[in-house]
Amino acid sequence: MTISGYIHSIETFGTLDGPGLRYVIFMQGCPLRCSFCHNPDTWKMRFGKPKSADWLVEDIINYIPYFRSSGGGVTVSGGEPLLQAPFLTSLFARLKKLNIHTAVDTSGYAEVEKIRELMTLTDLVMLSVKHPEPVSHRIICDQSNERPLAFARYLLKIQMRVWIRYVIIPGVTNRTVDLENLAAMLRKMPNVERVELLPYNTMGIGKWKDLGLTYRLQDIPSPTGKEMEDAIGYLSKHLKGIKVI
Amino acid sequence: MQYNAWEGFISGDWMNEIDVANFIQRNYTPYSGDSSFLKPATQRTLKLWEQVKDLLWEEHNNNGVRSIDPHTVSSITSHKAGYINRDWEVIVGLQTDEPLKRAIMPNGGIRMVRSAADSYGYELDPEIDHIFTHYRKTHNQGVFDTYTQEIRNARTAGIITGLPDAYGRGRIIGDYRRIALYGTDFLINERIDILERLKYDVFTDELIRQREELTEQITSLQELKSMAELYGYNISYPARNAKEAVQFLYFGFLGSIKEQNGAAMSLGRVSTFLDIYIQRDLERGDIDEELAQELVDQLCIKLRMVRFLRTAEYNELYSGDPIWVTEAIGGMGLDLRTLVTKTSFRFLHTLANLGPAPEPNLTVLWSQSLPRAFKEFCARTSIATSSIQYESDDLMRPYWGDDYAIACCVSAMRVGKQMQFFGARVNLAKALLYAINGGVDELLGLQVAPNLKPITADILDFDELWERYDQVLEWLAKTYVNTMNIIHYMHDKYSYERLEFALHDLDIHRTMAFGIAGLSVVADSLSAVKYAKVRVIRNSQGLATDFIIKGEYPAFGNNDPQVDELAIQVQKSFMNKLIKHPTYRRSQPTMSILTITSNIVYGKKTGSTPDGRKVGEPFAPGANPMHQRDKRGALAAMTSVAKLPYRHALDGISFTFSIVPAGLGRDSDERVNNLCALLDGYFSSGGQHINVNVLERETLEDAMEHPEKYPQLTIRVSGYAVNFIKLTKEQQLDVINRTFHTVV
Repeated sequence: MTISGYIHSIETFGTLDGPGLRYVIFMQGCPLRCSFCHNPDTWKMRFGKPKSADWLVEDIINYIPYFRSSGGGVTVSGGEPLLQAPFLTSLFARLKKLNIHTAVDTSGYAEVEKIRELMTLTDLVMLSVKHPEPVSHRIICDQSNERPLAFARYLLKIQMRVWIRYVIIPGVTNRTVDLENLAAMLRKMPNVERVELLPYNTMGIGKWKDLGLTYRLQDIPSPTGKEMEDAIGYLSKHLKGIKVI
Repeated sequence: MQYNAWEGFISGDWMNEIDVANFIQRNYTPYSGDSSFLKPATQRTLKLWEQVKDLLWEEHNNNGVRSIDPHTVSSITSHKAGYINRDWEVIVGLQTDEPLKRAIMPNGGIRMVRSAADSYGYELDPEIDHIFTHYRKTHNQGVFDTYTQEIRNARTAGIITGLPDAYGRGRIIGDYRRIALYGTDFLINERIDILERLKYDVFTDELIRQREELTEQITSLQELKSMAELYGYNISYPARNAKEAVQFLYFGFLGSIKEQNGAAMSLGRVSTFLDIYIQRDLERGDIDEELAQELVDQLCIKLRMVRFLRTAEYNELYSGDPIWVTEAIGGMGLDLRTLVTKTSFRFLHTLANLGPAPEPNLTVLWSQSLPRAFKEFCARTSIATSSIQYESDDLMRPYWGDDYAIACCVSAMRVGKQMQFFGARVNLAKALLYAINGGVDELLGLQVAPNLKPITADILDFDELWERYDQVLEWLAKTYVNTMNIIHYMHDKYSYERLEFALHDLDIHRTMAFGIAGLSVVADSLSAVKYAKVRVIRNSQGLATDFIIKGEYPAFGNNDPQVDELAIQVQKSFMNKLIKHPTYRRSQPTMSILTITSNIVYGKKTGSTPDGRKVGEPFAPGANPMHQRDKRGALAAMTSVAKLPYRHALDGISFTFSIVPAGLGRDSDERVNNLCALLDGYFSSGGQHINVNVLERETLEDAMEHPEKYPQLTIRVSGYAVNFIKLTKEQQLDVINRTFHTVV
């Protein structure tokens, strides 16, 4: 039986979502409602276009020369890709047969039981930590951080290569205490290779309006260059052996 | 004397007969190291460049032209020696007696000279005007004496356009290295030998022409020798050191640009040749790295100052004063050694030493096998300057060997062995409208193509449209070949490039380089008709003036075979129609998919098209997808373009890629790696050419407001680089509005 995946869009020239040049599949559907989300149009599953794994593989093979020259591959992002784990499992199984590098860009909001097989076919997980501290996590994305934490523990157990992504929202995620908590969390994860700090941006505000939603971070600006540098500096100092950019 | 000059070189066939490639293969030193050996510009180079920058700014503020000499018909020896600053100039020679003073070359056409001088407030010397109007016929006059009404209409409507019938055809690359390696005496004697050897029984047209041409060539070499003497150099003999090699080679080029106002005057492929001389001097201890770099910097300063006098219409078509002093750098040898040398680095390093510039048009011949360090250096230089274009050596080498260069933007030719008859391009999008409108031009209302039955249905039917289009293309191909045959017959007759041909072999492989514009408009239009519903809106004359599209259609640039196949079909079909017709001097028909900046003018002169493009809107440049229709990222767009088969467009397929720095990766190492990978991937998928711009949109917007802050800002547009501030407002906006590939 072939299952279809619900897809928001495809970016063939992904340079920011994993190593090398990436074919990025933005999956439709997300259980979180992060207040800084810049792709709220990926939340609802039914807005997606159904595509089969075969269709995607047919398209992806065109870009093998680029994967080879860059050490790149395929990244599934979203939305929350793990919502469609069975589909991704069938897609990644095909990709691994072609020796294509696979990465999942996720919030970690998944039930471990449902993603075991997928993780055996995944080369890299890019785990987006919304906030290291439970109360703030709930404030930011309306959900508890129990699942992401369980997921992170599972990744450690199976020794999955992990890149952490963390959005710097001035005054919300970059206070010393926030960065301290983050560093404490990551120090327990020797499978983390890299931490990517992403400046919060307001590019998604238009999309919220289009969808008739109220944007909650209205008055928060993007971090300054200095704020970014400070956060990078702090984490680099406190996380030895991990690349922080 | 010769043996003295050649001392230290490894012998070979090149010593007995003209064979520069053999000389290079025997003597060059491949370099696979990194760029750490490079040196900054010397003090005198920097002082000289400062002075030139002032002159360039003065030129910019004087309506783009610093001065004109309207009294002297330019020739190899027409002007006395000119200098910028004798204290600081290491390599000498200007087109006229003053820097940036433009000369007149009326052999191409006196009317153009008159109107160009006029538009800058100069009066053409009445005596020259009189002579070239009444006594000395020009190329332009010859062509217009011969054109049919049909050709004139096609030209007026702009379905065939940009033709070199009013300006020099260019795209011929003299092998200027020969001057340095052999000296003019050797070259003259070789031509005299040929003249004596040429067997004849009855003088045919061909033989007569050949003898006349050879004699012209000999004269030009003698004149070149005199020109060099004005600067105190004797070029009868081979160059004895690196400085002479650079100087002699430049004299050869200078002679050519003093006599020919060609559409593109490429330099060829000189860096690895010159490296042999530089390497010898370095080993002898005669120069050090700083002086080696100085020679290359100073040569490039000269190449940045080449100027031609051109008309306002020309500037509208190809704006920014392009010369296309194209220098092909790198590539691999047939023996699989890389042709990258330290001087390949030195040429690219001029962009750091002197800042970015559109000229010389630095073109890297990219191969998967290039040394990694060179690839990274190129990528880093591209990211910093946006001044490099890349072409696939792996794709072209099997066709053209390992000593080819690039004429203009994308046209490969063996140096000294091959030339092309340049033919600009036809507007395939307009041709599609002719198919709908029965050969009547949609904007002029004039019957341009033969009176075909117009399509009268409200909803366009793909099969019917394709059949009509085929008929229009059949007519267009024939008319185009006829036009080109006339132009090049007359160019040879009235404006023969004697010096450039003196630096070619006797038997030249000639191609006739046809071109097409608007391929993505046509592919999308056909796709819209096939996969969506396209309703025609007609005016009272019955001409289609607009189209309403219902439904979605796959657009070119998304790696969707449904539409990409249509683009390939159109390309092949037109090429196959061109080859049916006999060509002047039995040249081999080839085709390019290239627009340079003319995509704007083509768009302006073309009515609304069935893809949803409105009347007057620009086409995409070269083979690019229409902007904002490539929805799936740059690699999908590049894959669509790379599918267009090079063997059916041997004159080149141009793709322009613009991105903001952050779009290439998070940090500078990642950006360099990703750009290298992008080039490796594109070329191994079959791509031929790519322009790379790495710029912030805000920078361009600011440069429009404050040009004085960006005198050297350079961007690449379909096959060439241009000083951004020299573009017309319209073109600047087009560049800005065109997709900047950013990453979500």
